[in-house]
Amino acid sequence: MKSSDNKLFPKELMRESLVQSFVKLNPKLMIKNPVMFCVEVGTLVMLIVTLYTFFSGDTTQGSMAYNLVVFVVLFLTVLFANFAEAIAEARGKAQAESLRKTREETPARKINEQGQITVISSAQLRKGDVFVCEAGDILPADGEIIEGLASIDESAITGESAPVIREAGGDKSSVVGGTKVLSDRIKVRVTTEAGESFLDKMIALVEGASRQKTPNEIALTILLASFTLVFIIVCVTLKPFADYAQTPITIAAFISLFVCLIPTTIGGLLSAIGIAGMDRALRANVITKSGKAVETAGDLDVLLLDKTGTITIGNRRATNFYATNGLPKENFIRFSALSSLADDTPEGKSIVELAGKDITQSLSINGGALVKFTAETRSSGIDLPDGTRIRKGAYDAIRNMTEKAGHRFPTETKTLVEEIAANGGTPLVVSVNEEVKGVIELQDIIKPGIQERFERLRKMGVKTVMVTGDNPLTAKYIAEKAGVDDFIAEAKPADKMNYIKKEQQEGRLVAMMGDGTNDAPALAQADVGVAMNSGTQAAKEAGNMVDLDNDPTKLIEIVEIGKQLLMTRGTLTTFSIANDVAKYFAIVPALFIASIPALQGLNIMHLHSPESAILSAVIFNAIIIPMLIPLALKGVAYKPIGASALLRRNLFIYGLGGIVVPFIGIKLIDLVVSLFF
Amino acid sequence: MNTEITGVVFTYGLTLLLAIPLGKYIAKVFKGEKTWSDFMSPMERLFYKIAGINPNEEMNWKQHLKALLTINAVWLIYAFFVLLFQDKLPLNPDGNAAQTPDLAFNTAISFLVNCNLQHYSGETGATYFTQLFVITFLQFVSAATGIAALIVLFKALKDKTTTKLGNFWVIFTKTNTRLLLPLCIVMAIILAFNGTPASYAAKDNIVTLQGDSVGVSRGPAAGMIAIKHIGTNGGGWFGVNSAHPLENPNYVTYITEMVAQVIIPIAMIFALGFFIQRKRFAYVIFGVMTVGMLILLIPTMQAEIAGSPAIAKLGVVQPTGAMEGKEVRFGPAATGYWNIVTTIISTGSINSMHDSAMPQSGLMMLLGMMVNCFYGGCGVGILNYFIFIIIAVFISGLMVGRTPEFMGHKVEAREVKIAAIIALLHPFLILVGTALSSYVLSHNLGADWAVKPGNWLNNPGYHGFSEMLYEYTSSAANNGSGFEGLGDNNIFWNVSTGFVLLLGRFLPIIGPVAIAGLLANKKYIPESAGTLRTDTVTFGLMTFAVIAILTALSFFPSLALGPIAEYFSMY
Repeated sequence: MKSSDNKLFPKELMRESLVQSFVKLNPKLMIKNPVMFCVEVGTLVMLIVTLYTFFSGDTTQGSMAYNLVVFVVLFLTVLFANFAEAIAEARGKAQAESLRKTREETPARKINEQGQITVISSAQLRKGDVFVCEAGDILPADGEIIEGLASIDESAITGESAPVIREAGGDKSSVVGGTKVLSDRIKVRVTTEAGESFLDKMIALVEGASRQKTPNEIALTILLASFTLVFIIVCVTLKPFADYAQTPITIAAFISLFVCLIPTTIGGLLSAIGIAGMDRALRANVITKSGKAVETAGDLDVLLLDKTGTITIGNRRATNFYATNGLPKENFIRFSALSSLADDTPEGKSIVELAGKDITQSLSINGGALVKFTAETRSSGIDLPDGTRIRKGAYDAIRNMTEKAGHRFPTETKTLVEEIAANGGTPLVVSVNEEVKGVIELQDIIKPGIQERFERLRKMGVKTVMVTGDNPLTAKYIAEKAGVDDFIAEAKPADKMNYIKKEQQEGRLVAMMGDGTNDAPALAQADVGVAMNSGTQAAKEAGNMVDLDNDPTKLIEIVEIGKQLLMTRGTLTTFSIANDVAKYFAIVPALFIASIPALQGLNIMHLHSPESAILSAVIFNAIIIPMLIPLALKGVAYKPIGASALLRRNLFIYGLGGIVVPFIGIKLIDLVVSLFF
Repeated sequence: MNTEITGVVFTYGLTLLLAIPLGKYIAKVFKGEKTWSDFMSPMERLFYKIAGINPNEEMNWKQHLKALLTINAVWLIYAFFVLLFQDKLPLNPDGNAAQTPDLAFNTAISFLVNCNLQHYSGETGATYFTQLFVITFLQFVSAATGIAALIVLFKALKDKTTTKLGNFWVIFTKTNTRLLLPLCIVMAIILAFNGTPASYAAKDNIVTLQGDSVGVSRGPAAGMIAIKHIGTNGGGWFGVNSAHPLENPNYVTYITEMVAQVIIPIAMIFALGFFIQRKRFAYVIFGVMTVGMLILLIPTMQAEIAGSPAIAKLGVVQPTGAMEGKEVRFGPAATGYWNIVTTIISTGSINSMHDSAMPQSGLMMLLGMMVNCFYGGCGVGILNYFIFIIIAVFISGLMVGRTPEFMGHKVEAREVKIAAIIALLHPFLILVGTALSSYVLSHNLGADWAVKPGNWLNNPGYHGFSEMLYEYTSSAANNGSGFEGLGDNNIFWNVSTGFVLLLGRFLPIIGPVAIAGLLANKKYIPESAGTLRTDTVTFGLMTFAVIAILTALSFFPSLALGPIAEYFSMY
């Protein structure tokens, strides 16, 4: 197991986790987990019983060795549970710290109001301070660029090697501590107090200092506590029952029965599961501000996704040239390419690309006058030195231009334009000297595989909504092609907000992703607001998660992480409770067999002796905890097959499995234990 | 043998046939739709007027519970004092004595909570006056209380978000006038025509074949025996209940009483489907409960028909099955069916001595009461089942990765807390009660009490343990049947079971109504593909698993020491 799970239990974390397992024995810490606290109390009682048998030599409570073994096994049960929590914490902390490490000892060049530069340690930076960074520097703190532009290597955080551009003003002014400036010089204002950055918050969450139980965790703890209470009642009342049946029961047997029955498996792993959930989010490069946000993500009903960058690849691309009036296609392509050679918009570049090197190499626009796109003309182009005026632009803009010059707009072109629009494309009409020459078709390229992801979301019960500035016709086409359930066309920031509010009013949970300052109100309104790391500080403050990769499809992963978190808790609870059936069949006959031989009929596992039966049950109960730690850390796999099918599946694996596995496990352990007892 | 089983199948089939239209009718009555029984409404309005009730005043769940608990407290005090002074009141032709304070305490509570654990014998322990104005009266109002509480739950589940759950007094009155009274009138007439007494005369005297003169008790019994079953009460007019030849004279009255005791519990399930317009949900509940019943019923009938191995070992052939403690006119199969039905629903009337049943049957009867929601008592059966639904919803919600929801409302810590407490209460009452009596028996055998603990049990060993376990289980489940063979008319049993009865009744009514009220108050969440549907076979299976596991885990050790140990020693 060790070798295959190297990643789950890294060596360097083991030591610390083992130490923590003992530190966590402190009853003040244990009482937060009522189930394991009960086990700790039981362990203590067994210690006293063991010492008593050792010093008095009284064997009415069983032999010293037997009591000692029960004590050791119970002690291990507590340690295993503590270890599960410790390793989950250590993993989360290690992940967060590796991100933080880079800027621990970074020198910062602080500028005061007079413009004097002093070099201080990054830890001394305060919110509002301004520092400068030049090429080669590591940013000492999170902040906002107030002056300048720089290319920055964010690979320390995102793992993405391509540098990104950050500049003052606008939506790309935010920088993260620990990243490296590759070129230019920027002035940055610190936006977070030392110890308050997202990473610091995250680390604190994982460490448990500020970790609050989530609502579902609280409800589950209540349920587990009441199960524990039932078993306290069962065990306490068993004493008078046994008296009536004139059967003496040893303290070791009572405590073993009790510990086996209370849901120690889930009780021991509960907090590890919660921490692992946040850790998984962190591994997906998402920083969560609270454990609750991860849990809420699993309940999401509606996802708001921006079209550009999420559903489609960046910008529109040219996909086709259509020449008009029998003009040879090659000529038309030449005109199109000429109009775009000097155009550095993504659309323009894509036209040149589509035209192909063979054509573009032979072209020259030297001496030509570039006509830039304006909102009024809604067209752009070039005036060549020979006086040829080439324009490309929106259908109505070019039509106005040509008709003004006295030319007729060809009907053939008009039909083509309509066809392209109906297919979700954007037609660009090209004219030469106010005469229509043809149409370039621009298309949104839907990201490969996005349909499958939306299908997956639909099966999870999550409705996807595309937000786009396109007109409704184009939006509808893309929405259908990408397989989203709804769309907001010609969207303004306020539309997002209204849509979120509307859905929330109907009782749905909404998530959105955003980066701009104008997204901040909607991010705050959404139940799960994921701000991109490249976004503005305002956006990051408003959301409750920050995605370090700036990957808009990340929401899908976040939903799955949330669901996994709940499922892991649910399935392990079921498993834990189902285990009790077998433990009863091991322990109850063992308790009474001496005085009621008839109850041998209940010993369906044919366990060797009462002592070996009880020991086997407690040993199974203890070792199942470390055996399930990998599952707790990795989470139960989520399959979008519909809620009922998923319930059937999990009920089969963890319910039925939970009943069967301990029968086999206890029997196997008994075979070994029977050699000694 | 075949005709016996056919009789059982016929009886159950007839019950279903009548329960479905009755369910539809109940839903209509409480929705306020037009029904044939609307001729009762002037009378109801008169009641409201006299009592100063505004029938249009809507109550929230807290007001409902307040009304319910207040009126029950009034009835308790009334019943206690009337029983205490029954010898001084009229309609006592046989000159029966007053009940002792502890017996009156137990009896008053027992009938108030729809349990009808009788630590007295009707022939001598009560008068015609108390039989009618305390016992029969309480049998009506306690059944109506349970049904009314369930109707409040229906109303909470019906609307998306609401705090208005109807008027308790109106629901309560209508339960009596529209449901219980009409059914009881029909049934009482059937019983009276088959030989059940309906007379105010004192004991009759007959001379037996041996020439002995015997006093035969009678009284206005037919009406009481009708509500005893219709209202799942179970307390008999005569001491031996429906095993008595006048209380249950023949197979026709057997069928009538069997149908009567289970018809409202089953009809309420269908009423739920019609009322909240989720028929599939109701069918799944019905399916789970029916499977539960069959799991208990089949081994019982099988064991009773097969006969006792102890007798078989003596070389005696038992062609009629295990007949000890049974009436020849019913036989083992029909008796087995009665045993299970009377314990899974909380009637607790008997047509045989449960003490004499095979150990497997005893185990199944105990399990029926420990689960207490396979059909269950009037109204309260579904309330108990609702608690298991909440726990099942919670665990399965987590298992599919979504915050648990039920009927479009999130199930959160508060609801789980209430459900957990109520689920915990049942094993608590049963186990602590039995532990208490076991303790007395093992440490205080010769205590100087009116009835020495040493004289409590007819049988030592496992069977004696079963007798005590049964008594507390029957009390906590508000069932009322006894394993008998237990000397229970003394202070220890009267008082201890009295408290178990009260707690076992009202907390499981308060809990579900509170949960339903809290849920109804929450924001409604529309269903999506990720929502776990509660009207599927899968969810039914989940609920069944929760019921089975919780019951098994709570009671396995105690059952092992009682019926299971007895079974293994016998076979």
